[in-house]
Amino acid sequence: MTELVHPPVGLHRELGLTDDEYGRIVSTLGREPTGPELAMYSVMWSEHCSYKSSRIHLKQFGDLPGSERLLAGIGENAGVVDVGGGLAVTFKVESHNHPSYVEPYQGAATGVGGIIRDILAMGARPIAVMDSLRFGDAGAADTARVMPGIVAGVGGYGNCMGLPNIGGEVGFDPSYAGNPLVNALCIGILPAARLQTSAATGAGNAVVLLGAKTGRDGIGGVSVLASATFDETGAPARRPSVQVGDPFTEKIVTECVLELYERELVIGVQDLGGAGLSCAVSETAAKAGTGMDVDLDRVPLREPSMAPEEVLVSESQERMLAIVAPEQVTAVLDLAARWGVLASVIGTVTDTGRLVIRWHGGVVVDVPPESLADDGPVYTRPLSPRAPLPGAELPRPSADELGELLLRMIADPQLCSRRWVTEQYDRYVLGNTVLATPDDAGVLRLEGAGGRGIALALDGPARYCALDPYTGAQLALAEAYRNVAASGALPYAVTDCLNFGSPEEPEVMWAFAETCRGLADGCRALGLPVTGGNVSFYNATGGTAILPTPVIGVMGLFDDVERRTPSGFLAEGDAVYLLGDTADEFDGSAWSWIAHRHLGGTPPAIDLQRESVLAAVLVAGSREGLLTSAHDVSDGGLAITLAEMCLRFGFGARVDMRESGDPFVALFSESAARAVVAVPALHEERFIELCASGELPCRRIGVVTNDGDGAGLDVADVLALPLDQLRDAHEGTLPALLGDLAPTDF
Amino acid sequence: MTSPSPVRIGTAVRIGVVTFPGSLDDRDALRAVALAGAEPVPLWHADRDLAGVNAVVLPGGFSYGDYLRAGAIARFSPMVGSLVEAAHDGLPVLGICNGFQVLCEAGLLPGALTRNAGLRFVCRDQQLRVENAGTFWSRSYRQGDTLVIPVKHGDGRYVADPTTISELEAEQRVVMRYVGGNPNGSLDDIAGVCSADGRVVGLMPHPEHAVETLTGPGEDGLGMFSSLLATLAFAEAGVSG
Repeated sequence: MTELVHPPVGLHRELGLTDDEYGRIVSTLGREPTGPELAMYSVMWSEHCSYKSSRIHLKQFGDLPGSERLLAGIGENAGVVDVGGGLAVTFKVESHNHPSYVEPYQGAATGVGGIIRDILAMGARPIAVMDSLRFGDAGAADTARVMPGIVAGVGGYGNCMGLPNIGGEVGFDPSYAGNPLVNALCIGILPAARLQTSAATGAGNAVVLLGAKTGRDGIGGVSVLASATFDETGAPARRPSVQVGDPFTEKIVTECVLELYERELVIGVQDLGGAGLSCAVSETAAKAGTGMDVDLDRVPLREPSMAPEEVLVSESQERMLAIVAPEQVTAVLDLAARWGVLASVIGTVTDTGRLVIRWHGGVVVDVPPESLADDGPVYTRPLSPRAPLPGAELPRPSADELGELLLRMIADPQLCSRRWVTEQYDRYVLGNTVLATPDDAGVLRLEGAGGRGIALALDGPARYCALDPYTGAQLALAEAYRNVAASGALPYAVTDCLNFGSPEEPEVMWAFAETCRGLADGCRALGLPVTGGNVSFYNATGGTAILPTPVIGVMGLFDDVERRTPSGFLAEGDAVYLLGDTADEFDGSAWSWIAHRHLGGTPPAIDLQRESVLAAVLVAGSREGLLTSAHDVSDGGLAITLAEMCLRFGFGARVDMRESGDPFVALFSESAARAVVAVPALHEERFIELCASGELPCRRIGVVTNDGDGAGLDVADVLALPLDQLRDAHEGTLPALLGDLAPTDF
Repeated sequence: MTSPSPVRIGTAVRIGVVTFPGSLDDRDALRAVALAGAEPVPLWHADRDLAGVNAVVLPGGFSYGDYLRAGAIARFSPMVGSLVEAAHDGLPVLGICNGFQVLCEAGLLPGALTRNAGLRFVCRDQQLRVENAGTFWSRSYRQGDTLVIPVKHGDGRYVADPTTISELEAEQRVVMRYVGGNPNGSLDDIAGVCSADGRVVGLMPHPEHAVETLTGPGEDGLGMFSSLLATLAFAEAGVSG
């Protein structure tokens, strides 16, 4: 191959490859790689694409109970769950943290765009998105820089794509100040028979690139941005560029690709995300065990002077790769033209077992595709347990200070209303949104599926994970699981996005390993399969890692979505019950952080058996029509739960905790496996029986009172707060920091 | 007023919904039309044929991406060309959100929709007061009714020159007004306006998202679609529009 031109010695290090990794490339090829080959290996063997540090730990998610529900699992673009009746649901959450720090709007927008294409690639119509966001302290200067841009970017892309944003979470902690987290989830639905493969089968089939032109945006996104930490000035040591999103193009590409599926015009399909064309061509060929000839001169470019390396690793958005039988090519190109989507035949599937890429008449790449896609390095990184963060005897408030404490806590950025964020997201489009934030889970009607529905919740209580990553991961899982059950849905499957610092630091890697072990054990105990997930490493500023932040998504099913349970009180006179046991558990709690900026000790105990019983009662309560409202008890404890239930629809509550011991513990402890429900008098007897059958402690703590004027939350001998006062405290915080969404003095 | 397109009693009223490549609430508008009891007819932006429909809904979304200005390109589409001609001949048209923006760009309604006063997209359950219950699309309501219908837009601030605003107010062509807070800074809290003959209505809020209690804040939006049925039935019965 006389055409091959080799890059300068040592370039591989600039691209993030070690000398050992470079040696492996040379031995695979039997020669030095060309510049374009080196570029492809550097992105495909990056942490982001190869999962080289995490792979050995993720294996334990492969054999969990319920895995028979999966039509496609870990390793696919997204896991696909059979939900019966010929329907399947696919959902996945993915990070876009580093680009969002560099360029908040575009980084966040393209994070949403990327996960939508993953869902589309499985054969599904995307039907909703969610987001889990983390920022530095709410009042910090850089939060005011990144947060409005990130929220507008998540909203801008999803709104323009016509996907309702049905929930998620927002958290603040100083560890995210130089490294915010943007985790985006997308969910899609497909006829089970339409499941797509990403295999490029059939020698002679055409390789068609659909969608946007390829430009210089996002070059090195995965190898440079997602696989290295920022230095202390916040600037990445190398200068990649963040991708720029075009949601309108994604919309027409989506409609076009869905019609290709409908008309059975494609054999295989793959999205272009991290590592761009390099990833799409090598993965599709490797998966089929075939080869591929690609002509880079046929890739439509925004900038004709782009070098082949740039074309191969560009992360320009809104592109899909389709494998098409030769006789269908004309139909595919015609359909694309109808939607105004650019489509180009860029290559052919071969049976050579080689990925051969030509540019300007010469061969610039000739490699075995699986060497890029499957044979990347796998590391067993050293682990070293982190010293526990010490607990402390924190001064506690007296009983007469609890009303003031509640007002302070519900106004704190940790717990305040997320309306400033969620009102920038369209939650109505597509007309199937049954519940959305601030309800515990996002709930969707599955149209044309006989009244069935799904629920989704995303949770990542990072403070608990910092105290004990094994238990913390289980508490994250339990919280999402409980939220889904509180809405009335039967929890069914799990996805995750694991955000950590550098895997090269043994303490970070230990926390990661413990998280995986905790999550796998937790899923086994709850009988849930993990459908897939995403790992984001190198989330650190200088030498300081973020809190370990596993964000866990749980999806649940409804037979009859009309039976959903809203989170707020809705009927005067309903009895209010607290389900579960309350212990004195304040380590890692919202109170410890808000009142004392303290993080240390042992997180709340986890009892997955109890979580399972609680979920069963919440689901049965919904199915039997026993519950008017249900809300989980988590951040901030019972007091916050009650206040949120009152504020949701403007009803008051009168509660008596005088027989529950220390009122501070009763109201603010964060013991897990608890929920509050409102039960009409007519159903109380049956509901108590239901709890008794599962040996679930249930205690009648009060009644729902009136709405409208004079409504308030009244806890006997402890606090009495009018709803207006609670609402002002709860709603005012983010607008005061970030500006009113709808100012009156324009 | 000239009489509207005749509808024979016993046959369904056919309401078209135009899909542009970037339309988003088109399926929702079709669903709302069906729930109101009319026959929904999908129309494609690149076609010219109105398929004999009795009325048309221009739905929400981002027609062609709206990177230039909301609705600026859509007004040049073949379907909107046919629609403008038909509207001049009396075809009832409802533009929702992006559809309202298109109607203003196409000159069927006065004024313009500009960036929200807060410069951010806003999605919330919005209270509206019905100001004119005499248009083709608002007759199911009574003047003064308060409705709750979602708004969701980034470019919803209704503006027009002072003369136009005075005329609209004087001629009672403000169909709905925001109450309990103005989400976007619209002049005079205007949420929707109509043509002089009351056949063409533009509305920033989304009535198609308030047609089922399961998926919306209520069913207050259904009246927009049922109004048209009642109007066309009256016309058939010989009652003056």
